This record gives sequence, C-alpha cells and structure tokens, in this order.
Amino acid sequence: MNRINKLFQEKKERILSVYFTAGYPNLDDTVPTIQALQKNGVDLVEIGMPFSDPVADGPVIQYSSLVSLQNGMSIRKLFEQLKDIRQTVDIPLILMGYINPILQYGVEAFCRKCNEIGIDGLIIPDLPLNVYEEEFKAVFEANNLHNIFLITPQTSEGRLQLIDSISSGFIYMVSGNSTTGAKSSVSDFQKSYFERVNSLGLKNPRMIGFGISNAETFGNACKYARGAIIGSAFVKAMEGSGTLEQKVSGFINAIVIQS
Amino acid sequence: MNYQVNEKGYYGEFGGAYIPEMMVPNIEELRLKYLEIINSYDFRQEFVGLLKHYVGRPSPLYLAKRLSEKYQSNIYLKREDLNHTGSHKINNTIGQILVAKKLGKHRIIAETGAGQHGLATATVCALMGLKCIVYMGAVDVERQAPNVKKMRMLGAEVIPALSGNQTLKDATNEAMRDWINNPVDTHYIIGSVVGPHPYPDMVARFQSVISEEIRWQLEEQTGKENPDRIIACVGGGSNAAGAFYHFLDQEKVELIGVEAAGKGIHTPETAATLTLGTPGVLHSSRSILMQTEDGQITEPYSISAGLDYPGIGPMHANLFKTKRAKYLWATDDEVLEAALELTRLEGIIPALESAHALAALKKIQLKPEEITVVNISGRGDKDMDVYLKYFGY
Ligand SMILES: Cc1ncc(COP(=O)(O)O)c(C=O)c1O
Repeated sequence: MNRINKLFQEKKERILSVYFTAGYPNLDDTVPTIQALQKNGVDLVEIGMPFSDPVADGPVIQYSSLVSLQNGMSIRKLFEQLKDIRQTVDIPLILMGYINPILQYGVEAFCRKCNEIGIDGLIIPDLPLNVYEEEFKAVFEANNLHNIFLITPQTSEGRLQLIDSISSGFIYMVSGNSTTGAKSSVSDFQKSYFERVNSLGLKNPRMIGFGISNAETFGNACKYARGAIIGSAFVKAMEGSGTLEQKVSGFINAIVIQS
Repeated sequence: MNYQVNEKGYYGEFGGAYIPEMMVPNIEELRLKYLEIINSYDFRQEFVGLLKHYVGRPSPLYLAKRLSEKYQSNIYLKREDLNHTGSHKINNTIGQILVAKKLGKHRIIAETGAGQHGLATATVCALMGLKCIVYMGAVDVERQAPNVKKMRMLGAEVIPALSGNQTLKDATNEAMRDWINNPVDTHYIIGSVVGPHPYPDMVARFQSVISEEIRWQLEEQTGKENPDRIIACVGGGSNAAGAFYHFLDQEKVELIGVEAAGKGIHTPETAATLTLGTPGVLHSSRSILMQTEDGQITEPYSISAGLDYPGIGPMHANLFKTKRAKYLWATDDEVLEAALELTRLEGIIPALESAHALAALKKIQLKPEEITVVNISGRGDKDMDVYLKYFGY
C-alpha cells in the first residue's frame, strides 16, 4: 500500500507534515534533514525541488530556492541524494515543485525514478487539473504516485467535488488566499471555509497548509483537518545557528509538545 | 492552416493555462467571459471611441522616402510611436481596463519592463479612476527612470521587484504573486501576448487594430491591401502579434519578428528566445524559453528593457514552429546604429525595442518593387539616456 494511504489509515488526527527545500541551507543537508524530521516524530515530509521562478511562493521559499540552486541542486542531483533514502526512512515522502523542471527531465522518466526511490506522491502547483488527467494521470498511477491537489477558499464546490473524485492521497487545503509563508491565525473567514469543505462529505482526508508556523497555528488547523503542513517557518528555522539535528528537534518539539 | 488559438487555449502545442489553483477562479472567469465582453456592442463602441478620440488612432502609415531610397525599396512605417503614451501598449490597456470594469474589479496590477506598459496601464487607471500598482524590476526602475516618474505622477504605485535579475521576468513573477494574494477585487493587466490562456488571445485581439489599419491604409495609398512583408520586434510579442494578425492567413505576406540578441547569440548576454530556446512552461503557458538542461529559466540580457525577457508568447512559438513567420535577431550595437539611421533619415527617434525591427532591414534582401511595413512600436523618449551615452551628444 502507498505509505500516504497507510498513514491516514493509522493516524486519525494531528498529522504533522513538514516542507523543506532540498539542498538548503547546504547542498548535502537533504538526507540528514529527512532523517532528523522522522526521528523527531514528523509524519510526512514534502521535499521541495527548487525552481528559478516560484510564483506561488513567498520570500522565504523564494530565497531558499535561490540558494539551493546556487548550491548546485537539480532534479538529477536530488535523485542521487535520495537513492538510498528508504534504507533509513519509512515515513511517506512527497516531492513538491514546479512543472517545468519535470518536463525537461521527462515526465515518464521522472515518475519511474520516483517509484524506484520510494516517493509516494507529488505536489505540482502549476500542473492544471485537465492536463494532469489527459497527460499525467496514467504515468503517475503506473508508478504508485499520488498527485496531491490544492484547494483554496475560492475553489468552487463543483471543482472541489471534481478534485476529490480524482484525488487518492489527501487534499491540500490552502489556508487562505496567499502565496506561501503568509502570517495567519484562524480567522472567521477561514473557519467558515474549513467548515464548508468539511461538510461536503469528501472521500479524501484534508491537510491544511500555508501560514502554519508554530504550535498555536498547528493546533488550530488540526481542529479543521486531519493535520497540517509547515513550510516557510521550518525553512526559516534552518537558517539559525546550531547543528542540523538541534535545529530540527528544537523546532519540531516546540510544535509537537506545546500544541 | 489556422494560426489562431483553439478552444482549449492552445496554438498548436503551445499555450494553455499552467496556473496554480489560487489563480483558477480569476482565469476561469476571464476565459468564460472575455469573448462575450469584447464582442458586445457596448464594448466595441467604447473601445473604438477611446482608440480614436483618446489614443489618437488611426496611427499613420508613412512611406519613409529617404529610408526607402537607401534600401532601394518601398518601406512604410506604422507609427505606433505617435499613440498617446508613446507606444502600442495603450491599445491593450484600453481594452483590458474596459474588461476589468465589466468584471467589476477595482484594483489593477501590471508588470512592466521598459515602463511603456506600466505607463499605459497607469494612464488608463487614471482615466477610469481605478487604483493601480505596477511591478517593475529594480534594474528597469533605474534604466527607464522617466517612465517611473510619469507613472507616479499618474497616481500609480511603482513597486521595484528585487528578485532574480530584477527585470521583466521578475516583475511578472511579483505581479502573479500579488494576484494570488488579492484574488477578489483585482484584475491583472498583462502587457504582452504571454501568460495563461485567454491572455495571449485577448491581448492579440486588442493589438490587432494595428494590422486592421495597415490593410486599409496601404490600399488607400498604393491600391494594394497586402504588403510583401511586415517586420516587428518581439519581446513577449504583442506589437508583432498585432501587426501580423490580419495577415496570418495571407501566406504570401512574409512575417518577420526580430528578437534582441543583446551582446550576441553566442554570448550568455542575450534575449533571443526563439533562436536559442527550447519548449517549456514559464508564466503559465507552454512556449519556447531560455532555460538550463534542468529546466531553470536563465537570465536574459538586452539593452532594451522591453525585450529583456526569456520567454515569448505561445502564438509566436507556433508561428516559428510552423514556419509561418521568420524570426531574426539584432545585437545591441546593430540596434543603436539603426536607431540613429532612422533619426537622421526621417526625423523619427524610435524606442530601442522598435529599432530592433529597423536593424533587420540590413539582414534581408529587399527588392525595388516590394513593399515592406516596419512597425515602429514606440518612441525613443524613454531611451534618451542610453542614446546620449552611446553617441556622446
Ligand atoms: C516600444 C515597445 N516595443 C516593444 C515592446 C515589446 O513588447 P511586445 O513584444 O509585447 O510588443 C515594448 C515593451 O515594453 C515596448 O515598450
């Protein structure tokens, strides 16, 4: 069974997913970061593949992407780094990135490589639903990869139902109308959006992401979904001083213990 | 062959709408409504009226006698430089501001390179009393300073884009991020035939007034509707799309686009996208772009801020692929010489962008009986510092 489905079957609440940019702050931090996240109790990891023009991202992930590319990160390099990841890591792993580098690598070759390594899903913000269905779905499925779709407060009900019908892992509920890294607390507007989505009886579980940055926002988001995703706040924390292990455990403990 | 966009938003294999979910509602709304809006009687009346009385259309089609003499042929100039605000960009912003009003939007955002599109957007926002925010690469804010001042006087907020090379690509990224963060009351006036469907088609339709006029003006002056060739510069490709539009199906009319080669196509400092690029997705459409093997977009360079862009509209990628149009390039030095040539022979100081089209005259064989139309997309006021520095006046 795909590790994402297994996770959602076994853990019913407070699922913690963390995003980080591969190759940041240092090129070789990718694997140690994943290992440290697992060790500290993170349930799911989203590995960011940097892109030169990340239009859906705010300043923190723009910056980490830029540094990572300057460090020499590429899809080829990332696959090399992850080659033996399944010998030490068994939580679900998702690759997140923009469509163009994947197109240049070759969609089919990319998916086969993901399968070989043990990647469970992909988040590609600029891959449109219709193109996914027509050109990508078959290859993704053949390689046991879930495509994770995003929804926002503006997503219509008809479209929510459509996304639910072609999703198979979970649905990524973007917390507000924003790029990544925006500050947020759960406003009334967001509350009614989460409640509206939850009342639709969708078959896929939801995770809330964008603007989740600490124990409080994580705890609040978990009231409205199976769990939440932390991105920019974690990336930012990795810039501080201390060893990689110290930084990861300091950040994650503050969330898991206090929320 | 059909060179227009198909129902799914593609020109051949190029185009589409590779947008994040956050942009879907706005793009869907536009896609579903744009044709109905721009084909409506009210809209046509207002659009045509403003182009005539506010912009000053039709722009002249002028037989450049001394230039023709020099090249031993017949060269006509389509004078988009004489439009209000000094370039073709205003044709599109008039159209889009009317669309934005019909959609009930109150806040307008735009990206700009040379500042001509930003200026044209700030102008129509002042005209309609709408709030205007223009994103402009920090490098361009410097090198096109006169336009920045004009935009500010017109009441627009000019926000320098500090990411990447701080030029047009980065300004476009920032405008898209703004739209993601302000999805409800904002319309994004894209300045060229780029971006997700339906933008390339919508912008091409607004700019098509250029070729519509060329046809009847040429017939009036020569008795012929069709020239032998049309030459236009290409950044994103909107003035070229407008100049080509009504001739796309007249296969005898040779269509030539001219890209910015910067310091040369064999140097890294260039923006000759079709000459050097490969297929990929940038700014939400599949087209041809300058990129690394890993699919990272490379930083372009051109002396002309309006052509300093690593992509090109999907319509042009298809015209290139199907060979309906030919794409040449001109280096910074060739462009500066061509600008001076036009200035001295005809008393017209062109924009650096438009001088790329003029530079192509030296690269093709012109026959004495032929008619060539060169689209002068804009005037050189904004480029005076560059000209003065180069020529030392
Ligand atoms: C005078 C002028 N011509 C041409 C361009 C290039 O744009 P496009 O290729 O969309 O016509 C610009 C862009 O700023 C411009 O200002």
